[in-house]
Amino acid sequence: MSTTSPPRAPEKVTDARTQAKENRRGRGRARGLAERPGFFVYGILLALFLGGSYPLWWSYVVGSSDNTAITETWPPLLPGGRFWINVSEVLSTVPFWQSLLNSIIVSTIITTSVVFFSTLAGYAFAKLRFKGREGLMIFVIATLAVPTQLGIIPQFMLMKELGWTGTLGAVVVPTLVTAFGVFFMRQYLVDVIPDELIEAARVDGANMFRTFWNVGIPAARPAMAILGLFTFMTAWTDYLWPLLVAPQNPTLQVALSQLQSAKYVDYSVVLSGAVLATLPLLIVFILAGRQLVSGIMAGAVKG
Amino acid sequence: MTTMTSPPRPDTGPAKKRSEPNKAKLTRRQRLSRLDVKASPYLYIAPFFVLFALIGLFPLIYTFVVSLNDWDILSGPGEWIGLDNYVAELNDPYFWNSLFNTMSIFLLSAIPQLVAAVFIAAVLDQNLRAKTFWRMSILIPYIVTPVAVAIIFSSAFGEKYGLINNILTSFNIEPVMWKSEVFASHFAIASMVNWRWTGYNALILLAAMQAVPRDIYESAALDGAGAVRRFFSMTLPSIRPTMIFVIITATIGGLQIFTEPKLFNPTSANLGGAHREYQTTVLYLWDMAFNRGDFGKASAIAWLLFIIIVGIGLLNFAISRKIASTEVKVISKRRAKKLARYRATTAASASTTGAPAATVVDEEKRS
Repeated sequence: MSTTSPPRAPEKVTDARTQAKENRRGRGRARGLAERPGFFVYGILLALFLGGSYPLWWSYVVGSSDNTAITETWPPLLPGGRFWINVSEVLSTVPFWQSLLNSIIVSTIITTSVVFFSTLAGYAFAKLRFKGREGLMIFVIATLAVPTQLGIIPQFMLMKELGWTGTLGAVVVPTLVTAFGVFFMRQYLVDVIPDELIEAARVDGANMFRTFWNVGIPAARPAMAILGLFTFMTAWTDYLWPLLVAPQNPTLQVALSQLQSAKYVDYSVVLSGAVLATLPLLIVFILAGRQLVSGIMAGAVKG
Repeated sequence: MTTMTSPPRPDTGPAKKRSEPNKAKLTRRQRLSRLDVKASPYLYIAPFFVLFALIGLFPLIYTFVVSLNDWDILSGPGEWIGLDNYVAELNDPYFWNSLFNTMSIFLLSAIPQLVAAVFIAAVLDQNLRAKTFWRMSILIPYIVTPVAVAIIFSSAFGEKYGLINNILTSFNIEPVMWKSEVFASHFAIASMVNWRWTGYNALILLAAMQAVPRDIYESAALDGAGAVRRFFSMTLPSIRPTMIFVIITATIGGLQIFTEPKLFNPTSANLGGAHREYQTTVLYLWDMAFNRGDFGKASAIAWLLFIIIVGIGLLNFAISRKIASTEVKVISKRRAKKLARYRATTAASASTTGAPAATVVDEEKRS
């Protein structure tokens, strides 16, 4: 393993150790290039990659075979040809397309609401002056750590009282705003918009909302995308609440779990369902995986 | 466009005011503008606070009210019984069982996960080729939803034909009863959490590692600190705040674990195993509220768990501060000592003339 020089500032590296090492190895790498890690490091990464994706691959392999595959003594590596047959079994057991549509509707509404209200509140906390700003912000931070999921009993009673159980409205309501969203947007906007820009817009005669719309939103866009991506993920993966309030009008996760509760469990069908349900996110990942990675890393530094 | 977008006021434009139109208009506009400046911030934060109060905070507080009543799902609110539900739960072995299971699964997932995530982050924190590819590759498990993870792993951990037991048998190892033994089931459930979240946390820690200024490492390397030494005495302390963040998030999430144990063995008679081997507290809460219909007791469970989560969060915070402050003390003590010694030697050298500076360096190295 390399003992190394800093990846981030390659041009600075001229330290004696690196050079000595290079000389010892007799490798004529150009001076000023940071040392690349050796094969060992790539070996570890490759092992992590293969090990990390194997469970998913395994479900595809079993999901594309008949139900004897799971009994094989040595873990199977190659897929069979029955994936679509198993998938059609899935489609006839649970309302897959309806639940997919439900999940898309639910996640989109939640994401839009969280992103919009968080940006609005985050902008106010970051850039506007008003009485009680500090106190209210502390309140938001304090609620970050509050497990609101534990309020499910009154939430459930409320949905029942309103007659909303079984509807997507009930699924959406409890997560329309999050304290994390407000905190995240505030942290981002506080540095990113210069006060002068807001003042200039005000001097030009824009009212407060117009200033927010024309100055705040454009500046907030990258953070809004990140927040949107994660809110969407969270809404998409949620299971407890949709299972409780709308099992008869299931989201994708609820429908997927219903596959498992059949009396006779055919693992190849269940696993093909799991793979099928993962496909939408896999596509998102292939298209936006880079943003997901940088989003997680940005969130870490800011949060 | 200006503040004139706000709705026209009813008292606008009586003929008498025409005498001084400019002045009147200006003041009105100013007044509106001032109102806009004063009210806007509150209007912007209001949707969040109103909605949050309604759907987040109020239910949590109302849970406490419910917990003080004998409250059944069908008959609704019964009589006020004070803390009886709490007393009943604290004396209920099933409650303690669920708490034990939750903590056990939490520790089995949080500790190995943190260690692995730090390791992976350190591996990624190098001058890699195709680094975006490697970063993305460790994130693949994250896109598999918990329900799908639970389905995949509960098949893999099947007792008769599961992947894991098949492998074990082919090595002539006795198959493990993953779904009926306490520790084995906790291990299996923890492995689901670990699989999904390790890469995600590794990326968070990687971001923290990359924020450490590189020239510090360079000068440490020049001073002869090896990679391991640099990792333990420089990298780890500088990513501590992020580690605390990861731990606290893991605590809040981990103590509310539901999906994985719920779907681990759907054919089991009880929620969370035939003999509640892996019934976690939220699962127990669910069972109490929606299967047994006792909202009062279920609410008491929710509040007890709430107190535990907040308590552990504060404990994490306090411990991390303690570590940080003792570290600062140790460092400043060392510095003070060095300074004193340096002064003494320079004073001595001043009197004896020409004592080599090297002694100072030696002294410092020894300390």
